[in-house]
Amino acid sequence: MNFSEIPTARVHSQQSLGAVDGPGIRYVIFLQGCPYHCPYCHNPDTRPLNGGDSYSVSALADRVERYKPYFGEQGGVTVSGGEPLLQSVFLAEFFKECHRRGISTCLDTAGLPPDAQVRAVLTHTDTVLCDIKDSTDEGCRSHFGTDLSVTRAFLVACDDAGCDIWVRHVVVPGMTDQDEHIRRIAALARTVKNLKKIELLPFRKLCSEKYTALGLPFPLADTPECDAAQLTALNALLTENA
Amino acid sequence: MTIEQWKGFTPGVWQDEINVRDFIQKNYTPYHGDAAFLSAPTARTLALNDKFEALLAEEHARGGVLDIDTETVASLCNFQPGYLDRDNEIIVGLQTDKPLKRAVNPFGGINMTRKACKAYGYQLSDKVEREFTYRTTHNDGVFRVYNDAIRAARHTGIITGLPDAYGRGRIIGDYRRVALYGVDRLIQEKKRDKVKLAARNVVAEEIRQLEELYQQIAFLEKLKEMAAMYGYDISNPAADSREAVQWLYFGYLGAIKEQNGAAMSLGRTMTFLDVYFERDLASGAYTEEQIQEIIDDFVIKLRMARHLRTPEYNELFAGDPMWITEAIGGMGEDGRTLVTKSSFRILHTLYNLHPSAEPNLTVLWSRDLPEGFRRYAAKVSCDTDSIQYENDDVMRPVYGDDYAIACCVSAMRVGRDMQFFGARANLVKLLLLALNGGRDEKSGAQIAPAGRRFEGEILDYDTACMLMDEYRPWLAETYVKAMNMIHYMHDKYAYEKLQMALHDTDVHRYMAFGVAGLSVLTDSLSAIKHATVRVIRDESGLITDFETIGDFPKYGNDDDRADHIAVEQVSAFHKALKAIPTYRNAEHTLSILTITSNVVYGKKTGNTPDGRRAGEPFAPGANPMHGRDASGALASLNSVAKLSYNVCKDGISNTFCIVPQALGADDESRYSNLCGIIDGYFGQGAQHINVNVFNREMLVDASEHPEKYPNLTIRVSGYAVNFHRLSKEQQKEVIARTFHGTM
Repeated sequence: MNFSEIPTARVHSQQSLGAVDGPGIRYVIFLQGCPYHCPYCHNPDTRPLNGGDSYSVSALADRVERYKPYFGEQGGVTVSGGEPLLQSVFLAEFFKECHRRGISTCLDTAGLPPDAQVRAVLTHTDTVLCDIKDSTDEGCRSHFGTDLSVTRAFLVACDDAGCDIWVRHVVVPGMTDQDEHIRRIAALARTVKNLKKIELLPFRKLCSEKYTALGLPFPLADTPECDAAQLTALNALLTENA
Repeated sequence: MTIEQWKGFTPGVWQDEINVRDFIQKNYTPYHGDAAFLSAPTARTLALNDKFEALLAEEHARGGVLDIDTETVASLCNFQPGYLDRDNEIIVGLQTDKPLKRAVNPFGGINMTRKACKAYGYQLSDKVEREFTYRTTHNDGVFRVYNDAIRAARHTGIITGLPDAYGRGRIIGDYRRVALYGVDRLIQEKKRDKVKLAARNVVAEEIRQLEELYQQIAFLEKLKEMAAMYGYDISNPAADSREAVQWLYFGYLGAIKEQNGAAMSLGRTMTFLDVYFERDLASGAYTEEQIQEIIDDFVIKLRMARHLRTPEYNELFAGDPMWITEAIGGMGEDGRTLVTKSSFRILHTLYNLHPSAEPNLTVLWSRDLPEGFRRYAAKVSCDTDSIQYENDDVMRPVYGDDYAIACCVSAMRVGRDMQFFGARANLVKLLLLALNGGRDEKSGAQIAPAGRRFEGEILDYDTACMLMDEYRPWLAETYVKAMNMIHYMHDKYAYEKLQMALHDTDVHRYMAFGVAGLSVLTDSLSAIKHATVRVIRDESGLITDFETIGDFPKYGNDDDRADHIAVEQVSAFHKALKAIPTYRNAEHTLSILTITSNVVYGKKTGNTPDGRRAGEPFAPGANPMHGRDASGALASLNSVAKLSYNVCKDGISNTFCIVPQALGADDESRYSNLCGIIDGYFGQGAQHINVNVFNREMLVDASEHPEKYPNLTIRVSGYAVNFHRLSKEQQKEVIARTFHGTM
C-alpha cells in the first residue's frame, strides 16, 4: 500500500460516553455523509459527505483507546453517522485496527448493498445496530429513501459474517406506529439468526434546535413525540408471538 | 486474657494492645452475596422516623434552626439526657436535652457564636458572655498573632475559609475502641503512655503532650459520666450487638458535644460492628430484622446531629453539613474484601429511612469488590443520589486497609493519623495578583510585596507563568504561616480532648492545604497560550479585564494541551507549600475540593482571561468549568484523572451529573454502566467521584416547588445536601452545572 491509499475518514463529531448505542459503555463516532432523508433525522448536519474533521485510522483509534479503561467486557467503539457505510473503505481498516487493540466494534447503520467492501467491514464488526426505517417497500422509499430489499440482503450478510444484531426502529406517531407495522418489523427481525435485541426508539424533538440553527425546516415540527405509554404498548407486540 | 464480653471472638494481639484492625482481621466475615437478605423497616422504626421527619419540617419552617439553648455551653455532661421518643428508642443519646435543639460552643470563637444566635433570632445569654469574658478562645489566640500579610490575604479572599473562627474538625476518633475495649482499658493505656513519656527528657513538645494526655484521660472519665446519665456503664467492653452500637455512638456523641468541628466523620465502623452482628445472629440472640432496626435507629441519631453555624459559614459549606462520613467496603491487604452484610445494611437505611445527606456514606471502591455489592451501590446511587465513591485501590497502598475519610475526600488511618485542616488558596487570584505586581485585582490594594508586573498588552504564556512563579512562594508562605498559627492556637485553646483520647498517643499529623479555581486558572492559562489575550487596565494601571480572541483548548475535554497545565500548576503549588516548615512537623498535603465555596470564591475574583466574568462562580473541586466539557462525560473524567493523587493526597473531588436516559436504556444496564464508569475512572488513578443521576428539569422544578421533593438529596462536592437547604444562589449554580446527556 502506498501512502496515498491510506484511508482517512470525515468525522462529524465524537461523544465519549455512549450508554445506549450498543452493548455496555461505548465511545461513539459520528461519520459525515448520508444518502437518506429521514424526516426525524437528529443530525441533519451529517448529511453532506464533505465537511467534518479528517482522521487517519491510527489517529482515530488512538482517540478511542483513551477510553478503553471504561469498556469492560461489553463496551467498545460504536460508529454511527450519517450512514457510516458510505466510508466503508476507511471503516474496514478502522475496525480491524480496533480489534488489533482489543476494542470491540459496533456499527450503527441502515444498511447498504452488501458488496465486497461492506462485507469487509462486517468481518471486523462485533455488533450491528440495524435501523429498519419502515416495514413496507413503499414506506421505505417515500419517507426515507431506503430500500427494504437492501436492508434484507444486508441483514443476511451480517448473519453470514457472524455479527450480533440489534434491530432498531424509530416510532413516529401517525407514521410508523401502527400495530400491524410493528408486527411486520418484528417478523422481519425474527428472520435474523443472530438477533440479540429489537429496540423501538421513541420519536423525540430534541433536534429541532439544530434545524433552526442550520436554517432548515424540521419536517416533523408538528408531529407529537412518542410517549412512554405508547412505547410500552408497542413493545408488548414484539413479544406476543415470540 | 479472658473477658466475658469477648466470648466467641478469635484472639489476637488486639487483646494485648489497642488494635482494632487486628480484631477486625481476625474476626470479620466477608460477604459476597446480593441485597436479598435485607430487612424492611419495622413499624417502630417507621414511627420513630416519622417523628424525626416532622421535627425536620418544623426546623426548616423556622429558618433552619429549631431551637438554641443560649445559656448552656456544649460539653459532655452539661445537658440532661435527651430523647426523641424515650420508650421506643433502641440507641439513645442527644447533644442537648431536646431533639434538634442546638447548644452554643464558643471555644472556637465567641464572636461566631454571638452572630449565629443573632442570625436565628436569639441572643447569647449574659451567663455565657460572662463565662467567656476572661477566657481566651481559639479565635482570640489566632488574631493575637496574625500578621498584616495574612490579614490582607484573608480579607481579599486569596485565602478563604481558614478555620480561625470555628472548630477545625476533620479529626476522626476511633469510636470503635469504646465498644471493643470499654473506657477503663483506654484510660489505663493512656495513663501508662503518660508515665512513659514523663520518664523521658521533656522539653516543650513533650510537656505539651503530657498536658494533652492529662486532658484526654479527664475526658474519657467524662465520657463515662455522660453515658451514666443515660443509664449505661461503659467502663467495660460492649457485650452484644446493641451495646456495641450504643457504646460506639456514645464515643461519637461525646465528640460532637465537645467539638463543633467543621467535619466530624464517623470513621469506618460497619465491618467492625458486623463482627458483633454475625456472632449474635449465629447464636440466635438477634434476628436480621433486629440488627437492621439497630442500624436504622443509629442512623436516625446521626441524622439528628447539629451544630450552630453562622450564615457566612453556610455560604462556604452549605446545607448545614456535619460530614458524618462513614467509609464503607474496600478491600483488605490480604485480598479479602472488607464488604460485609453491614456494608449493605448501612446503605439500606437510605430506603428504610428515605434518602438523606447524613451520614455521608462513602463507598471505598475497588475493581475487586464483590459483584453483588458493586451493583447494589450503583442501584443506591441511581435511586437516591446520596452516596459517593472513593478509590480504595489508590488509597490502600498509602494508608493500609483501616483508613477512613475525614470530611469529603481526606483519607487517614483510623486512630493513628490526624490532620490540621485548612481552607484553600484561590489560584485564579494568584494569577491576577502576579500579573498586577502583587496588587489585588478587585480592590487595587498592594497585598503582596511590589514586584515585577505585566507591562505589555498581549499576554504570553511564558511571562504569565514566570510572574506566577515569582508570587507563588509568597502565597505559600503566607498560607503555611496562617495554618501554623491556627493549629497552634487550636491545640492550645480548643484541643480535641476526647477525639484525641481515641487515637494512639503518638499520632501522625497531616497539614491539609487546598486550592480553588483550578479549572478557571487552567482555561485562563490555556487562553493565554493558544488564543490572543489582550489586557485591559483601569486608570490606575491595574489589569481588571481581558479581551480574548480566538478559541483555545479547555480543561475537561481530555485534551492534554489544557489538562497538563492543570497538572503542572497543582504540582508547582504543592512544591511551594512543602518548602515551608509546618507546626508539629505535620506532613503537607493538598486537596482540590471546594465544598460549596466555589460560589464565594467566584464572587471574590475579578474577570479572567478564559472569558469568565467577575463574580461568576468557579466550578466545584476539580471539576471542569460548567458547559466547557463538551466532549462527553468520559472525556471530562479523563481530564480530572490526570491530576496526580500522589501530589494531592488530601483528595481530588469530582462531581458528576448524568441524566438517567444517558446512563442506559434500563435499570440493569444503568447499574452496570455506572460500575463501568467508576472502574474506568478509578482505573486511571482518579480518587473520588460524586454521582448524581437526574434531569436538570427536576432540579428546576424542585427549586420552584420544594414541597414536591422533601427528601431530594444531591451530591455537591464531597458531601450530600438536601437540595432545599441550599441558598437560591447555590441552587442556581448547581442547576448550571454540566449534565451529561445524549442527543
